[in-house]
Amino acid sequence: MSDIPPPTRMNQQVFKLKKKAASSGHRLLKKKADALKAKFRDYAKAIAATKGNMSQHTKDSFFSLTQATYAAGDFKKKVREGNMVARVRVGAGVDNVAGVKLPVFTEIETGAVGQESLGLIGGGSKILSSRSKFTSLLSSLIKLASLQTSFVTLDEAMKVTNRRVNALENVTIPRIEGILDYISRELDELEREDFTRLKKVQASKEEKIKEEQVKKEEERERLKKEGREIEDAKGGDCMEEEGEGDLLF
Amino acid sequence: MYSQSEGKLVAVIGDEDTVTGFLLAGCGHRTAESTNFLVCDEKVTSVHVEEKFRELSTRPDVGIILINQHVASSIRHVLKDYTETIPTVLEIPSKDHPYDPEQDYIMQRVNMYLGGGQD
Repeated sequence: MSDIPPPTRMNQQVFKLKKKAASSGHRLLKKKADALKAKFRDYAKAIAATKGNMSQHTKDSFFSLTQATYAAGDFKKKVREGNMVARVRVGAGVDNVAGVKLPVFTEIETGAVGQESLGLIGGGSKILSSRSKFTSLLSSLIKLASLQTSFVTLDEAMKVTNRRVNALENVTIPRIEGILDYISRELDELEREDFTRLKKVQASKEEKIKEEQVKKEEERERLKKEGREIEDAKGGDCMEEEGEGDLLF
Repeated sequence: MYSQSEGKLVAVIGDEDTVTGFLLAGCGHRTAESTNFLVCDEKVTSVHVEEKFRELSTRPDVGIILINQHVASSIRHVLKDYTETIPTVLEIPSKDHPYDPEQDYIMQRVNMYLGGGQD
């Protein structure tokens, strides 16, 4: 409320437009927040379900690994040694929900050759089945990671959107309304001031006229008096003249 | 042989079985500088884990970090401060430690949001 604009008609117009823009923005953002919320809920449910499955899935995978170890002996160290390149990588795509960019991981098979010679002595099939179990676990984990990133991003986006909606609703729009109120009040005040000023001018004019009239009256009175005196003096003369005239004729 | 644009790596921090399993699945990657996995046995302290995690989370070619939940618990203070979206940290159960959803930050959020309305 620090920068109150000068209360003019133009500013009133400007702020009326601002208010319109703010309320339409508020409406749109609210829609966006709702859309995000719906999506967020979907993701939350999906994550809850996937994580639930994950427990069982990993248990199976570990069991198959144990089976493989039993069949093929301790091959774990062998797996970890030597040169290796990633056969499975994740590509980062982008999904768009109501203008929010969500990172999505997709599994990419690079086709690199792994240690295919494992389990040649024995238990090769067990190792292979364990490998396929872990591969499927990995791909489901990648999906889960995707969901989780989306979840976190959506969470953040939702917070921001909600903050904006609230800011518009509780700060910006009331402030604009306050300024509009102030401007219209001030304009009314100006109008009233103008009115009173005009009245005052008129009243003082009338007073002046009255005063002048009174002065004129007085003048006339005075003139009348003087005139009478003059007339009196004149009258005497005249009378004398008349008298004389009378006397003459 | 592989360009960076082909995708990011999946890193694994966990016990022997977990790491072996995922290496079998083919996410292991060893270069001259370092590897994208860490086997946590009795000899590995949480300081090591922390170091590895910091290294992996700042590497530009890592997209997902899989970490065993019991290992994650030992460096919980680092994970709490970790706010980046990518790489994503995913807590997974290990062979000896069953999965406890209560400890997972994401699951906490999910449960809070769903308000136990699920199941």
